Amino acid sequence: MVFFEMTKTALKSVLSKPATILYPFEPAKKTDLSRGHVVFDGSKCISCGICMKKCPAQAILVTKEAKTWQIDRFRCIVCNSCVDTCPAKCLSMDTQYTAPVSVKGVEVFTITYVKPVKPPADKAGAAGE
Amino acid sequence: MTKQIIVPFGPQHPVLPEPIHLDLVLEDERVIDAVPSIGYIHRGFEKLVEKREFTEYTYIAERTCGICSFIHGATYCQAIEQIMNIEVPERAQYLRVIWSEYSRLHSHLLWLGLFADAFGFENLFMGAWRIRERVLDVLEQTTGGRVIQGSAKIGGVRRDISGEKLDAMVKDLDILDREMKDLTTVFLEDESVKHRLRNVGILSREDAYHLGAVGPTARGSGAAFDLRMTGYGAYDRLNFQLVTDSCGDCYSRCLVRAKELFTSTDLIRQAAKKIPDGPIDVKVTGAPNGEFFMRAEQPRGELVHYVKGNGTKFLARSRIRTPTLTNIPPLVKILQGCELADVPVIVLSIDPCISCTER
Repeated sequence: MVFFEMTKTALKSVLSKPATILYPFEPAKKTDLSRGHVVFDGSKCISCGICMKKCPAQAILVTKEAKTWQIDRFRCIVCNSCVDTCPAKCLSMDTQYTAPVSVKGVEVFTITYVKPVKPPADKAGAAGE
Repeated sequence: MTKQIIVPFGPQHPVLPEPIHLDLVLEDERVIDAVPSIGYIHRGFEKLVEKREFTEYTYIAERTCGICSFIHGATYCQAIEQIMNIEVPERAQYLRVIWSEYSRLHSHLLWLGLFADAFGFENLFMGAWRIRERVLDVLEQTTGGRVIQGSAKIGGVRRDISGEKLDAMVKDLDILDREMKDLTTVFLEDESVKHRLRNVGILSREDAYHLGAVGPTARGSGAAFDLRMTGYGAYDRLNFQLVTDSCGDCYSRCLVRAKELFTSTDLIRQAAKKIPDGPIDVKVTGAPNGEFFMRAEQPRGELVHYVKGNGTKFLARSRIRTPTLTNIPPLVKILQGCELADVPVIVLSIDPCISCTER
């Protein structure tokens, strides 16, 4: 039989710092691996569409003709699948969550990547001379 | 004869945030029968398997449950690996055990808190959840997700834990053990808690066996049944004692879970000691053709993932049987003959996870 077992815990709680933090005034605990939200870099995207195919939530839409990359943050389940599979490494995972919004919608990014023009072989040879 | 009345319990009830509905047939204050009904939160996960590639379905399988998510993902992966005859590297198997046991710690601490809340001990509830935060921090530091870990994949795991991190984790386990010891002493020794839980909601060993109780609900009634004993994954290389109790009341179910916390920390220590170096995954090519029933032990009991592939990237069928589903018939049996005021405590004592159950 145990009496006053909670006293130890209660005393500890009184004397120690609060276990909670005053979010959002203090930042939330995040680690290097934390999955917050997907960040897109339009200057590297080669419009291959693998992220779109590998997204289990179908949150990503890549339009080659319009050169846009769209993400629906409300569908995205932040599984890191697109970041893992992106061959051009244009996607990365930020540790912070996206800010709350009052209107639902998709975020559209423009793909600015320009395929470098490969100089013809003879011209390259001429440049070398 | 006393007049019978029906009192509805749920789907919205203060004690349980999850939607299960029970029609309690009462005679005075005594429950004569309980008629359960589910179906408020069906999400169609098993149909979704036909629309998503089997590799991407891992992320969906994991989201079946918000508490034992890692074990869902890992069990699904193991089912696919069995069909495709994939040899998972040793290190990955040990890492899966470590994360599974952390999930178990997190689930049991969550349940202990909710249970304390159900019998009206708010302070204890907060205490349990404060300790749980320590476990969630480790999960986030090692996998990137507090609740949805997302670190299982077909052929291994997605992330590795460095040697230094493993050492730090084992060191932290000592603090965790001490804190859990203080917490479980209150659960198991305190007079008022005992008074509330002893001889409430008794399930006999025979009933537990015949009605298909699993997990701590079965072990609390003395049925020594734990799938980790079958040695799937790396469990066959680790030693642990099964926790059982013979009384079969709410206190026994609480005792089993409280003692399993220490089994889990012990298993993590052993796994961290024995974990070999090496690769964490193997390359998977092709598509599954065949079927497999994979069983694993979740914090709540036996989990079954049935997977059937037809040689394409899209699976033909997936069936998930979660422990709560099999624990509902024993729950109905326990409720028969109890007092109305005991119903919230009894319902919580089986650790119901309705979102899991309905998938």
